Amino acid sequence: MTAGETQQAIEATFRIERARLIAGLARIVRDVDRAEELAQDALVIALSEWPRTGVPANPGAWLMTAAKRRAIDAIRRDRMRTRKHAEIARELDGEVDDDAANVVEAVEAAVDDDPGDELLGLIFTACHPILSADARAALTLRVIGGLTTDEIARAFLTSEATIAQRIVRAKKTIGNAGLGFEVPRGGDRTARLASVLEVIYLIFNEGYAATAGDDLVRPDLCLEAQRLGRMLAGLMPGDSEVLGLLALMEIQASRLSARTGPDGAFVPLPEQNRARWDQLLIRRGLDALARAEALAKAPENQGPYAVQAALAACHARARNATDTDWPRIAALYDRLRAVMPSPVVELNRAVAHSMAFGPEAGLRLVDAMADAAMLRNYAPLPAARGDFLFRAGRLAEARAEFEAAARLTRNAREKAFLLARAEACG
Amino acid sequence: MRVMVFVKATEDSEKGIAPTAETAAMFEAMGKFNEELVNAGVMLAGDGLKPSSAGKRIAFDGPGRSVIDGPFAETRELVAGFWLWEVKDMDEAVAWAKRCPNPMPGPSELEIRPLYEMDDLEEYLTPEATEIHDRNRDKLGGN
Repeated sequence: MTAGETQQAIEATFRIERARLIAGLARIVRDVDRAEELAQDALVIALSEWPRTGVPANPGAWLMTAAKRRAIDAIRRDRMRTRKHAEIARELDGEVDDDAANVVEAVEAAVDDDPGDELLGLIFTACHPILSADARAALTLRVIGGLTTDEIARAFLTSEATIAQRIVRAKKTIGNAGLGFEVPRGGDRTARLASVLEVIYLIFNEGYAATAGDDLVRPDLCLEAQRLGRMLAGLMPGDSEVLGLLALMEIQASRLSARTGPDGAFVPLPEQNRARWDQLLIRRGLDALARAEALAKAPENQGPYAVQAALAACHARARNATDTDWPRIAALYDRLRAVMPSPVVELNRAVAHSMAFGPEAGLRLVDAMADAAMLRNYAPLPAARGDFLFRAGRLAEARAEFEAAARLTRNAREKAFLLARAEACG
Repeated sequence: MRVMVFVKATEDSEKGIAPTAETAAMFEAMGKFNEELVNAGVMLAGDGLKPSSAGKRIAFDGPGRSVIDGPFAETRELVAGFWLWEVKDMDEAVAWAKRCPNPMPGPSELEIRPLYEMDDLEEYLTPEATEIHDRNRDKLGGN
């Protein structure tokens, strides 16, 4: 192996350990930034020693010990620096040794914690609701995913300076709030977990739905979110929503290569070439969904992610678009509406009912939507109404709806599609 | 990227599972390693294979097909187990493979092979070939 290859191998090993290392260190020094620095110091030490000694049998423990020594040294130095002369004089009488011993003891105790628990604690801290959703996503990708600020900036199509600043501010906010890097127990656990799941799904969707930029999808970001989801499912195997989110992401990701056509245009679900769906991901998604459903015990206990995963699974199970089990999808939307009410869910529910029970059923629901006003400028609403009316044979009304939808959309391809549908109404 | 990691067979693995304390210890260590892989979001699938004496080979020669019963010779070329991993790059795959407990009582080997991704193939396939390939994938991957 050349020196360069050795360095690469050491860095690959470090990458595997990095998140756990930062998690363990953050709990000792109560500071994400310092924990990151200490982990980096440990890498530097490894890069100088491992080429001579070889990679140790337990590289994670080795790196932790190296970083821990650095931490203890730094704590001692800090204490020395902040002491006044008189105190230093007292220290000279022996007190410093007691103090240092206490510090070492505290560090040793913290290091003995379950490393999985520490990692989970760091994930919960990086996704703390006191941070904005953007800050949570950036910090999580940095400290858990191990992405550089440059990689995160490119993923979110923003400047490196913006991301770097976002991360610095987030770390400061965490420090000022005095967060303990612990896994929340009791009352606020559900809310805190919801915040973690939201961040992971936000990262996934940024890759899957690509709200900006030239590419419709950015698969790297999806992969990163899937990795986080799989990690979380490994750390919290008893939580239905954790598995629900994993199932949802695996099934959605299974369609990634079918979602864009050769010209880069978006291909809607019914027109996708299902042979391109990744069957391995579908199987993994269905497995995770089965576990999520078993953990929820009864359907009415299932949370929004498990229900959305069940919806995605209905499509994944259909070998052809015509095989889709629309009555089941309609029933799942009824359930989703109860656990995650939103105008968009209402609209999708109306579409599902129209597919299951005919266009009149869809029209009835869409016209009964209490908060349709919120969707006044939402092109899919008149587009869906237009579709229901078209299928019900009310062509003149359908035409008006398609034209209204075409005026609302800002996407040129979608506009052309809607105008073509208006034209087809005669 | 996805890689397939093969556990190469040895004379020991070709004899089947030996009911020894070493085997029990290896299974335990392997279980812990798999747990690490799962918790890191790396492992997608994996299993151990029975000795080649339980296997069959189908040999092709033009239109001809003949079935050959195991066991097969050239032990070192046989596979005793596999994983499918999702990793960022080959360096990461190698780093993980290095921390695998030795799967065999004696010297043994893992082999890491990256999978072709859809994009790799598209460069070489005509639209017609892609369609046929897709159909095949569908049949192969069907659940």
